Formats: sequence, structure tokens, C-alpha cells
Amino acid sequence: MIPFDFDYARSILPLLLEASLVTIAATVVSFAAALAGGLVLVLGMRAPFAAVRWPVWAVVQFIRSTPLLVQLYFLFFVLPGFGISLSPFVTGVAGMGIHYSCYIAEVYRAGLESVHKGQWEAATALNYRKSAAMVQIILPQAIPPIIPVLANYMIAMFKDTPILASITVIELMQTANIIASEKFLYVEPMTLVGLIFLAMSLVASACVRLLQGRLAR
Amino acid sequence: MSLIYEARWVFLEGILTTIKITIAASLLAFAMAFLAGLGRLSPFAPLRWLALVYIEVFRGVALLVQLFWMFFVLPFFGIVLDPIVTAVLALGLCNGAYGAEIVRGAIKSVPHGQSEAACALNYSRQQALWKILIPQAIPMMLPPFGNLAIELLKATALVSLITVHDLSFQALTLQQTTMRTIEPFTVVLAGYFLIAIVITGLFRLAERQTNARLGRGAR
Amino acid sequence: MSPIIKLTNVCKSFGSLVVLDGLDMEVAQGEKVALIGPSGSGKSTVLRTIMTLETISGGEIEIDGEALWHMRRNGKLVAADEAHLRKMRSKVGMVFQQFNLFPHWSVLKNVVNPLRTVLGLSAQDARARAEELLALVGLKDKLNAYPGNLSGGQQQRVAIARALAMRPRIMLFDEVTSALDPELVGEVLNVLRLLAHEHDLTMIMVTHQMGFAREIADRVLFFEKGRIVEAGKPDKVFTNPDSDRTRAFLNAVLQG
Repeated sequence: MIPFDFDYARSILPLLLEASLVTIAATVVSFAAALAGGLVLVLGMRAPFAAVRWPVWAVVQFIRSTPLLVQLYFLFFVLPGFGISLSPFVTGVAGMGIHYSCYIAEVYRAGLESVHKGQWEAATALNYRKSAAMVQIILPQAIPPIIPVLANYMIAMFKDTPILASITVIELMQTANIIASEKFLYVEPMTLVGLIFLAMSLVASACVRLLQGRLAR
Repeated sequence: MSLIYEARWVFLEGILTTIKITIAASLLAFAMAFLAGLGRLSPFAPLRWLALVYIEVFRGVALLVQLFWMFFVLPFFGIVLDPIVTAVLALGLCNGAYGAEIVRGAIKSVPHGQSEAACALNYSRQQALWKILIPQAIPMMLPPFGNLAIELLKATALVSLITVHDLSFQALTLQQTTMRTIEPFTVVLAGYFLIAIVITGLFRLAERQTNARLGRGAR
Repeated sequence: MSPIIKLTNVCKSFGSLVVLDGLDMEVAQGEKVALIGPSGSGKSTVLRTIMTLETISGGEIEIDGEALWHMRRNGKLVAADEAHLRKMRSKVGMVFQQFNLFPHWSVLKNVVNPLRTVLGLSAQDARARAEELLALVGLKDKLNAYPGNLSGGQQQRVAIARALAMRPRIMLFDEVTSALDPELVGEVLNVLRLLAHEHDLTMIMVTHQMGFAREIADRVLFFEKGRIVEAGKPDKVFTNPDSDRTRAFLNAVLQG
């Protein structure tokens, strides 16, 4: 006997779907932030000065090795002490953006390094300026293969958004939590949230695979 | 910082809990990774589907949702688990699903000539898998498994949200008892970083060992 | 005497690409046969289907009078199961272009493990047989080396020893010198010469070494587009072929 009330589930579904808009917004905005942040970091990691490269590398390693949750706490509790008070949503998006920019910087770096060295040499032999070689020859080869990788990071970020609930962002899971604790009925809201995540992830993964096939051609 | 020193037992309790959960969940994750990864490669179709469903479900749902589901929903089905057990189960099953793709990918990336040679020497499918393919796949699995272990360590922070007194939970405890913010969170972040360094070191060591056994280091 | 290998109307295609086109071929026991022809003519595929590395789309292969891909069950011919395939494979050994040694094992273990795992030999017997064969190919001093530390020629000799140790009745050699540096080809060909004296061993080799084929083969088969265009004694095929296609191929190869 499964204690699942379909009528109750149907009655709370609209609320949850509405809340998933917050989840999607958080994903999109923090992903955009991570794309930009990753660019800054990869430039730092490839800087001509060791005094820049080394600290950037260390910070990236540190952020990648520590939990997003505690990093969010840090931003949420520490920043106001410095007079910076941001809304929970902005704090959360900033935290996720910073956290994932450390991964995305690595994706950019790998993409650049995957272009064969001979391509640089050929460009030099044809007397291209370094910037022109980058824009016309290297980037067009480096970008397509990393697009699916980036998309997978976006999906990973999507699945990390429930952590924002811990700093009081009312996203999908927090909404389910609130609904559940009102009547102490957890089965329907939690299961629905799981199913919504599963459905969206599966659709997104299928899109990435499609994209991968398209790019491979 | 003296406030932190006075609260060191709180910190230590947290870090020990985090380490315990990380180890237990990693063991479960590796076991599940092998089961599901080999399941995906099985010639027996129902086994392949079962493994696929497991992988897709546990990778497709946010870990925190899985944790909450096990913590809040399972009791409605009469299954009441200790929060730590819930934590280990959720972390192990979710990361095992990610690990399964590592296992499958590594085994599939052993050059095709190796299975052909095994076939030509008349090894059975099982013998070829266990004696030829898996030993060669393991060194390839180690680096991604190392990354997965770090991800798992970071994910243990979420268990604080189901009342487990791990390092992250103690960060909030410290924040409330010391009335400070920067110090407790910095110390806790450093604690995680330290564990991560140890994990990375252990995996590097294992890589060196397996590479040496492959005769690659003996050149 | 009935042939040890018999292919009847064998067809094989990959998608729309026809690799073997109704091939008929027979090899007698103890015969040394060289398969020559342009790349993509299906020579390697013949070896790979005999080794069961590739299935066939039509026709029948018989080894030692027994169907390879089919078996009799209750008087009916049904698709071969794994047990049947393994029984058939025990009669055949194969050496690959890329050696395919197991890189995680020493030279000795590469030869010993199949003997123990597949044939169930005792540790002493397996080791004795492995040492004997590694001595035969001139690698007695490399027992504990790893494949990654050997030259291509040495690796290929280990691969030959490993296949021979299983005591197959048929040995298949798939372009075994093609991946080698020119100066290492000789040492592998010398081992093959040695084997050519084994009266009972049936050898089929796909090769681009025309001089070598002429030297040791009892018969040469010229392949083109998945069929045998010409077959005969090496002296006849190489000096006075019947087919213009054979002549054109040999001219191109020998001048190159």
C-alpha cells in the first residue's frame, strides 16, 4: 500500500511548477556568471606572471575542494559584516557562479590545449598575428568540443540549486519543504520534486546528447 | 582565534563525522559503481536496463532532494533510518551512479585489440573481463575516481541539513556559540580542504602503485 | 584427405560495404597459405572470421570438418553457442598486426596465464611450456620484462610464442610485420620460417612481404574485392600469373 494521494499531488503541482521557475532562473543566472568568471580565471591561470598564475591556481583549487554549502554560508553570514547586504537569491547565484567558474575555467583551459600545437605553428608560419591566430584559428577549433561539457556543467548546477534553500532562497525544494511541513505530508511534495528534477535532467541530458551528435558531424 | 580554540571539540566532532561518512559512502559508491558499470556492459539485457535506470534516476535527481526524500518520505513507508545511515546511503547511491559511468567508460576504452587477443586465446567472456580488461581499466579509473571522492566529500556537507553533526553543521554551531562569522567558516573550509588534500594524495599514491605494477614505471 | 578449413560461399558486409563476396576457399592440413592482394580486398577479414572475431553474413565455415558458426542440436542445425565457439577456437591461434600483448603482465605471464586460465595447466607445466616457446622465439632472457619495454619485433615474437603455446592446429598471421620498423622485420620472419618447417601446423598468413610469401608458402591466394582472383604455387603466381589483375598488382607492389 503506497501512501500517495494523487489528488493532493495534483493540487500542489502548480505551486511547485511555479517555484521551479526560481530554480531555473537561479541556474541560468549563475551559469552565465560562471561562464564569465571562468574566463577571468583562465586568463589568470595563463597570465605571463607567476605572481598572478600561482595565487589564481591556489584559489581555484581551494574553492573546488570545499563544499558549496559552506561557501554559501560564508557569503551569507560574512558579507553583511562588511556592509554588503545582498538578497539571498543574489548571494546564492554569486556563490554558485564563483564555485562553478573554477570548474569552467578548467574546461576552457582544456579546450585551448586540445587544439594541436601544429595549428599554432602553422599560423605562425603563415605570419598571423597572435591575436588573429587565436580568434581565427584556435578558438573556432577549441569552442565546439567544449559546448557539451559546458552544458553538462549547467545541468550539474541545476541539480545544485536546492542547496540555495539553506540560505533561505525559496526555490523548488524549499517550496516543497514549506508545503510538506504545513500538514506534515512529505510523500507527495518530495516525490514530485524528485520527479520534476528527474524529468528536467533527462530532457536536458537528451538535448546535450543531440547537441553532441550535431557537433560531431 | 582563541574562541575557535576553546570550541575545538565541536570542530573535531564535526570533522570526524565528515571523515566517517566520506569513507563509508565512498565504499558504497565504489561498490555500486562496479555493480552498475558492469551491469551496463552485461550481455543480459534486463541487467543492462536495471543498471541504466539506477544510473539515470540517481544522477538525474538533485542529491539534496534524494537526501530529503530518504529522510522525510521513507518513514511514511515504515522505513526509519538513522540520519547517518540515510546520509551514507544517499551519498553512496548517488555517487555510485556517477562512478558507474567511470567504470563503464574505462572498461570500454581498453583497446579493442585486447579483447580480440583474449578471444583468439580462447578466454571466456568472464575470464577476459576479469583478467584482461578490468586490470587495465583500473589505472584509467583512478584519476576520475579521485575527483569523484572529492565531489563526495563536498557533498557530505549536505548531510548537515538532515541533522547530522558533521563539519558543516558544526560551522553553524560555532557561529552561534562564538557569535563570530569569518573564523568558524574559514576554519571549517580549511578542514574540508585538508581532507581533500589527503584524498588527492592517497589517489596519487594508488596511481603510482598501479602504474608501477603495469611495468610503466620500470622503464 | 578432407581440408582442415573450408569456406563455402562466405559473405560478409559492413553496412553497404561488401567485404567478402561469396568466397570459396579450402586449406589442407599442414598447408602454408599466403593471402595477398590490395588493402580492403577482404584478406584480413577471412582470418578474422575464422578466428570468430567477425560474424559472417552468409555461407558456412568448416574447421576440421565441423561447422564454425552452427552446431547440431537434436539433429537440427542451430546457431553456435558460446561453448561451441570456444571448442572451435581451441583449434585456432592468431597473431595480430598490433601484437595485442597484455600490457599489465610480464612476458612470461602473457604466455603462462592463457595456459593456466584457458587450458587449466598447472603452474609448473605452464611455466615450462612458456619458457620452451619463449626460448624458441629467442626471448629466454626477457621473461620478466613488460611489453611496454620491448621493441616491436620482440613484442611480436612474444605474441607468436603466446599463440603457439596453446598448441592450435591452425595459426593465423594477420600482417604480422606491417607495424614493425624495417630493421625489425627480419627477426619475426625468421621465427615464421622456423614454424614453416612444422609439418602438421596449418598456417595462413596475410602479408605484404612478397619475397617471404614466395619463399615459404605452399600456395598463394590473390584476393580482390572479397573474392579469390587467382590461386596457385608461388612460383607460378609470382612469375607468370594467369590474371591481368594479379599481374597489375604485383607490378605495382614490386616496383614500389
